Amino acid sequence: MIDRRSLIKHSGAAIAALSAGMTAPSLRAFAATAVLPFENGERPLVKYPQKRPMIVLTSRPPQLETPFSVFNANVITPNDAFFVRYHLADVPLNIDPNVFSVEIKGKVDKPMKLSLADIKKMPAVDIVAVNQCSGNSRGFFKPRVAGGQLGNGAMGNARWKGVPLKTILDMAGVQGGARQVTFNGLDRPVTDKTPDFIKALNIDHARDGEVMLAYSMNGTDLPVLNGFPLRLVVPGYYGTYWVKHLNEITVIDDVFDGFWMKTAYRIPDNDCNCVEPGTAPKATVPINRFKVRSFITNVADGATLKARTRSTLKGIAFDGGTGIKAVAVSIDGGNTWAQAKLGADLGKYSFREWQMPVRLAVGEYDLKVRATSKGGEVQPIEPLWNGAGYLRNVVETIRVKAA
Amino acid sequence: MIRSAVVAMTGLAGLMVIVCGSGLAGVDATPISYKLPNETAAFKPGPNLEIVQNNCTACHSADYVQIQPRGPKFKRDFWQSEVTKMIKVYGAPINEADVGKIVDYLEQTY
Repeated sequence: MIDRRSLIKHSGAAIAALSAGMTAPSLRAFAATAVLPFENGERPLVKYPQKRPMIVLTSRPPQLETPFSVFNANVITPNDAFFVRYHLADVPLNIDPNVFSVEIKGKVDKPMKLSLADIKKMPAVDIVAVNQCSGNSRGFFKPRVAGGQLGNGAMGNARWKGVPLKTILDMAGVQGGARQVTFNGLDRPVTDKTPDFIKALNIDHARDGEVMLAYSMNGTDLPVLNGFPLRLVVPGYYGTYWVKHLNEITVIDDVFDGFWMKTAYRIPDNDCNCVEPGTAPKATVPINRFKVRSFITNVADGATLKARTRSTLKGIAFDGGTGIKAVAVSIDGGNTWAQAKLGADLGKYSFREWQMPVRLAVGEYDLKVRATSKGGEVQPIEPLWNGAGYLRNVVETIRVKAA
Repeated sequence: MIRSAVVAMTGLAGLMVIVCGSGLAGVDATPISYKLPNETAAFKPGPNLEIVQNNCTACHSADYVQIQPRGPKFKRDFWQSEVTKMIKVYGAPINEADVGKIVDYLEQTY
């Protein structure tokens, strides 16, 4: 079938090890490789705890990418295929949820510690929301930029269940003058000289009723590598804010100046959040909402389709929280566009499926897909560039033959 | 079921569906314990390999280096700035005398 964007092949290393007569336990931990479609894009596929084989960007701290075929098979990304991104190598792998607690402190009237059981007793909400890494698709930047060279698989869509952060902040009683709330998790740096991974949201955002402390993902506990037993869910916002293993919430009366807010995860402060390739922005702001994106999921680049036969293109679209208004598809490299049929609406923060029937004469085609959000945002035809490799949302192009 | 009674609220609340307490809270709280699989990458042979291994692998695996883009923009200046970032930003305790050797290795090996 034609649904694989990353080519999967047997690993030369594993085969060489076998032919050298090594026994199974001494084989390397992976038996296959994924090849992402950019230079130096070969990656091992490795099975991690509670995960199917995932594309390994880095082993320690673990950064795992979802094989792209998963997005064709499911509008909800299964937990065992959901991407993983850590910044610090001391990853909590032994967690007792009976002992775990989250502390609420700082500029609040009633500082408190809540156990997981306390939180699970509160009225729960659920929401379907995409989580996407800020640097998803960084490997496609031209010119290339340093950092995690991801394909398109550092994203996923899940049903999160938990308690609104607002409920907890109201219980604690936010004091006048509060400006931001900071979030810290159990993951730690190896040396105390490395800035701990702490993120901040403005107080109004934190109290919008949608930001959530989630303990359930797709109807079950969070996988450990996705933040068990509790993580922040910030619908519509890039994954950097979705702090895992969340155990510390601090209300502050200032703008948080920690490294991961003040220096890292910043984007150009202009209308396009972009700069001329190779240049630096004059001013930056913290990364925030997703840019609108769409993908064809059932046809891989370089695939051959059957000519003169009706086939269906399908895929997904999402944005930063207004919802998808329309998805347009072009089979002639962007000269003409036709509206795709949208699938079920799982909510404004979810992947939205789309479909488009096509009948192609013999020939070569550039298939393109372009989403428009209900907020009026449209994907750019040409890629926008920034030095950190964030926010990629160019109209995707898939080259196919019909024969 | 309680759930069906509150589904009608979905439209008003956007996508947020109130799911009232299930009564099962805290019952299935089993401690977890996992191990990560072995690392899949090693630093390639090259000059000063041992210095690189001693300084870099405490905080991250070798694939952090392996995956970086190749090409004329990713030579000595790039690796020098990466090593400087590790020291200044992430607090890597690297001796001044080793910095040039690490940059030599990275430039010549990747």
